This record gives sequence, structure tokens and C-alpha cells, in this order.
Amino acid sequence: MALPKYTETRYRIWHYIYLIFCSGVFIFLIAPLFVIFPLSFNAEEFLVFSDGMKRLDPDAFSLRWYEDMIYGTKNPWGLAAKNSFIIAIFATLGSIILGTTAALGLSSRHMPYKGLIMATLISPMIVPLIISGVAIFFFMAKVGLAATHTGIVLAHIILGTPFVVITVTATLTGFDHSVTRAASSLGSDPVNTFMKITLPLILPGVISGGLFAFVTSFDEVVVVLFLAGLENTTIPIQMWTGLREQLSPTILAVATCLIVLSTLILVTAELLRRRSERIRGINVN
Amino acid sequence: MSSEIQKILTTDGIPLEESLKKAEKKNKIKAFLLVCPLLLFLIITYVFPIGDMLFRSVDDRMVTNMLPKTYKAMERWDGKELPDEEVFEAFYQDYKLLVEKKTFGKLATQLNYEKNGFKSILKKLQRKLKKFEEGNYKEQIMDVHKRWANVEYWRAIKRRAPAISYSKYLKGMDLIEDESGSITQVPEDRRVHRVLWLRTLEVAFFVTLFCFLMAYPIAHLLATLPMKYSNLLMICVLLPFWTSLLVRTASWMILLQQQGVVNDFFVWIGLVADDNRPEMMYNKTGTYVAMTQILLPFMVLPLYSVMKTISPSLMRAGKSLGGTPFVAFWKVYFPLTIPGIGAGCLLVFILAIGYYITPALVGGASGTLISNQIAFHMKSTLDWSFASAMGLMLLAGVLAIYWVYNKLVGVDNIKLG
Repeated sequence: MALPKYTETRYRIWHYIYLIFCSGVFIFLIAPLFVIFPLSFNAEEFLVFSDGMKRLDPDAFSLRWYEDMIYGTKNPWGLAAKNSFIIAIFATLGSIILGTTAALGLSSRHMPYKGLIMATLISPMIVPLIISGVAIFFFMAKVGLAATHTGIVLAHIILGTPFVVITVTATLTGFDHSVTRAASSLGSDPVNTFMKITLPLILPGVISGGLFAFVTSFDEVVVVLFLAGLENTTIPIQMWTGLREQLSPTILAVATCLIVLSTLILVTAELLRRRSERIRGINVN
Repeated sequence: MSSEIQKILTTDGIPLEESLKKAEKKNKIKAFLLVCPLLLFLIITYVFPIGDMLFRSVDDRMVTNMLPKTYKAMERWDGKELPDEEVFEAFYQDYKLLVEKKTFGKLATQLNYEKNGFKSILKKLQRKLKKFEEGNYKEQIMDVHKRWANVEYWRAIKRRAPAISYSKYLKGMDLIEDESGSITQVPEDRRVHRVLWLRTLEVAFFVTLFCFLMAYPIAHLLATLPMKYSNLLMICVLLPFWTSLLVRTASWMILLQQQGVVNDFFVWIGLVADDNRPEMMYNKTGTYVAMTQILLPFMVLPLYSVMKTISPSLMRAGKSLGGTPFVAFWKVYFPLTIPGIGAGCLLVFILAIGYYITPALVGGASGTLISNQIAFHMKSTLDWSFASAMGLMLLAGVLAIYWVYNKLVGVDNIKLG
């Protein structure tokens, strides 16, 4: 962003103020994530930078909180991680299946009441989570699914499908329907056409929607707080309890692992987005 | 003869128009069947339960179910003077049953909401109940405590008769329906909810404003920088977006604590004295700072996607036609970004107004919002009908905003990442 040579001094000053302000905002956005890394390697029990850490003394750093996270006797993190992954995987699969079929129907130009149905399908994303939590809790309690894995998976499917519907519908807007017609005219049945032609083309959208659904489920705490019993504890619930009661460095070790996980997801999502844009670009041409 | 010639037939001999209509209908059904599984699933597990909340929020049969005989006997009572023996006898029988089932405490709580002082006289009645003799219940009950002879208390019981009541909604707005049926404000020391509603609106408004002020410049920078730099900076926006909400809240708790990094920095630059570190967490400041950072990506992304489509030559044209950079920005660039501003602001506002986790962790007592109150009634007081009523009031507000959003940008234009 080099300024042209003829720029007046006062605009030059304004430009630098603008750049400094932007840097400040970027630091505000990203710095809080980095404060967690060093503190999770703290050898002491306090959540502040010790004098040893400020001097970069190697004795001030340790892996004890990571050991505590994995081997700690009273620690529920193992169970929580297992539950979180099981719930998130099933919720993602459910969201992908229901969301993708619905998106296929919604993108058809024959679909009646499109606006109303679309609004209903993505409403769980718009309604504040606390209200969704109350409503879903009433339903699950009535059908006897409160405090079960099934109940939580169903709840997360509700919250995850809007993302799949939106991303897959977006992928389908550039979709060339003549390829599926060509497949049918060559004698392929609809299921075969979908598996061989449509699915590979919309796959980036499906996967990125699935990633959103996975993250939503993996990070969800409001609804789970209403639904979960002791057996169904998840990582977010454990973090919530830990943050409310006492902030122990073990939580920071878990948080560091979660940041690494979200970095991986971000990279995957970015690669998928670029790939999908490329494929759609080819279709348009 | 001529009309038959004009009709084009398909190979099966069916008129083409009819055949097309049939195919169209078939396609419609096919599309609808694809949507059906998800639609039905959501209607059963989500839309109906929200309707159920509506039902629960006005459902007021708790007292009616506890005192069935009393209400039957009260049907003939005009409510002017003390009810007659029949009502007293029915009340005695109902209450005796509740005492045997040990659920009389609930009745006391409910009736005490209606009129103060019910709790003590019901407790006293429960203690004396064993000594009651058959017949002439009116006098025996009135002997227990003189308030039982006060017609006001019997009127209070009768007021709970209707199965539907809007009292929870009134309570949510710190209003109450008094004996004469007119709606008034509750006493000043019990007005808690209006403060919470106002605070929720205030926090949502200022968080949206802060997000806008911070997001606009950086979205502009991201949209105008060359691709290789902007992709790198975009990570600063997207990484927090993908990171767990609880992780981000935890990091703010570490940063803002009294011995935390932010306070250390303030001491180091000499802004505050070491022994006088300000409390930045467990109050509104903490809520503002953490919520702004957490919701900022939701403002940056829509702004960025709009700014990306604005051609830089427009600004150059504005300047070459004699406008200063500020005039060119204000008259040319800014109006073009209004759709993005609308989308970002409404998205952040809707998210902020229903926020729960962050205010509960860093908000303390002065930073909690209406969602925290809903959760409190769901989990602690178990007054689910009140929680439902407040939830629906919040939902009504959100739907109104959502409607505006739909008018301005359209729901199907939401973009993710």
C-alpha cells in the first residue's frame, strides 16, 4: 500500500494512523490466543508469568500440566474427549446427510415455498442458543432422551444442519445441471448419478459444511449444559466447570490442544474453499 | 377440427401441455421429498418445542390442579364477602391431600407470589390440620389465623383460577396485575428485570458499535492489500473465528485478571500504580472487551466480502474529479459498503443480544445479561414457565431484527468464510 509521491503530508499522517490502528486491531484479535501457549508450559501453579519465565529460565517451564491432562487421576478429560469426539462425529454425519439432501431439494427451481422453508431450516442458527437450549431440553426431557448421548447428538444435528444447508446450497448455485441430465440420458439411475456425478462436484461444499457442523458440535456448551448428565460430560462442559470453579493450568494445556486443532481445521477449510472456487470457476466458463 | 390440430401431442398421444404440467408436478414433489426429512426432523425436535415454550409460559394450571375441589366450589362465589362453608370444606380437603403428599410447600410458594403472607398462614394451618374435627370447617380454619377471615386472601386464591395467565410476561417486565386487575409496576426494590433488558440492549449496541469501528478499517485493508499479504492477515481474523469460544474466554480471563498481562502492561507504562491495579474482570468492562473480540470476525467477514467487489478505480475517479480523499471516501466508497455494514451489524447484534457463556464467566454480577437470567431460572429456581416467557420475549426481539435483516440483505445471501 505505497502512497503516491504527490500525497500531501496531512494525508500521509492519516494513512499512517490508519495503518497503526489496523495493526492494533489485528493484535487485539490474535494476541489473546498466544498468551495461552507459554502459560500452559508454566512450571508453577499460578496463571501469571513467573519471574523465571520472564528470564526464559528453562526450569520455569515444564510439561506437567500436559501430563496432568493425560494421566491425572481425578481428571475427567479423557472421558470428556472421548464423548466430545463421538458426539461430534455422529452429529456431523447426521448434519451432512440431512443437510445435503435438503440442499439438493432447495436448489431445485421447482421447489415450492422456497423462502419460508429456507428460513425454517436455518432458524437454529439465528435463534439465540439459550432459547434453542431451553426448547430442545423440553423436547428431550419429554421423550426421555435427556442425559443420553443420543439426545445430545440429535441436538447438535439441529444446530449443525444450517451450516451444511448454506454451504451446499452455495456450491449448488454454480452447478451445471446438464451434467446430471447427460448422465440420466446415458442410462444412469438417480442414485448412481448422485454418487458418481453430483457428489464429487459438490464435495468441497459438503465437507466445509461438515467442518462447520463438527466445530459447532465440538465447541457447543449452552445446549449441552441443559442436556448432559455426569456420564455425558464433554470438553466444553469440563472447561466451563473449570473456568467457573478454579482456573488451573491444566485447562490451558487443553486450550492449547484445542487451538492446534482449530488451526488444522482452518487450514483444511481454506484449502477446500479455494478448491471449490476453482471448480465453480471452471463450471461458469 | 382445427383446435385438435393445434394441440401438439407427445409420442404417447397425450397433449404436450398436460405432459409438461405432469413432469413439473413430479419435479416439485421430488424436490419437496428431498427437503422433507430435515424439515420434519426440525419441526418435531425444534419448532414444536419452541411452541411448547409458548404453551408453558402461559400455562397456569399448577394451583388449579392442586386445589381442584376448591375451585369447583368457588365457581358460585361472587368474591364480595367471605366464601361460605362449602368453599372452606373443599379447601380443607384439597389442602389435607397436599399435606399427605407433602407438596403443600409448592402451593405456599405459588400463593405467596399472588399475595404476601400466604406462606406463614398455610404453614400454621398445616400444623393445626391434625386437630381438625369434622364439620364447621369455616370456623376452624378462621381460628387458625385471623388472616383466614380476611376476604383478600380468598380473592387471591380465586385470581389463580384461569388456566392461562400472562403474569410471567408481566413479571419479565417488572409489572404486576394487582387485586383490582390493573397493571402496575412492582415495588422499586424488586425491579430487577427491566435493568437486565436495558443492560442487554446496551451491551449488544455498544459491542456492535465497537466491532463496527474496529472491523471497518481492517476489512478495508484486507480488501485493498495485494492477495499474498491479505491472505496472511486473514488468518488473524479466521483463526479466532474457528477457535473454541471457551478457549477465547479463558484467555481473556488470564489477560484481564488483576495480576494479568494487561494490568502488568498498564503498570509498566506507568498508567496505574502497582498497588492500585484496576478490576477489569467480573464487571461490564470484561464483558465488553471479551465480547468485542469474540464477535469481531462476524463483522469483518461480511464487510470484507462487500468491499472486495468495489473497484479501486471508483475512488481514483472520485479524487480525479476534484474530491479530497475524505470526500471521495464519504461520497463514493462508504455508500457502496452499506449492505455489508447492515449485514455485519445485524449479525453481531443478534449474536450479542443472546450471549450467555462469556458474560457468565467474565461478567460478574454487573455484567450478566438476560440469557444468564433465563439459565438461572431453568437451572436454579426451576421456574420453567418464567424462563420460557423471558426466552420468548427475547426471541420476539431477535425475530424482529431478523426480519429487518431479511429485508435488507436476504437470508439466502449469508456467506460463511
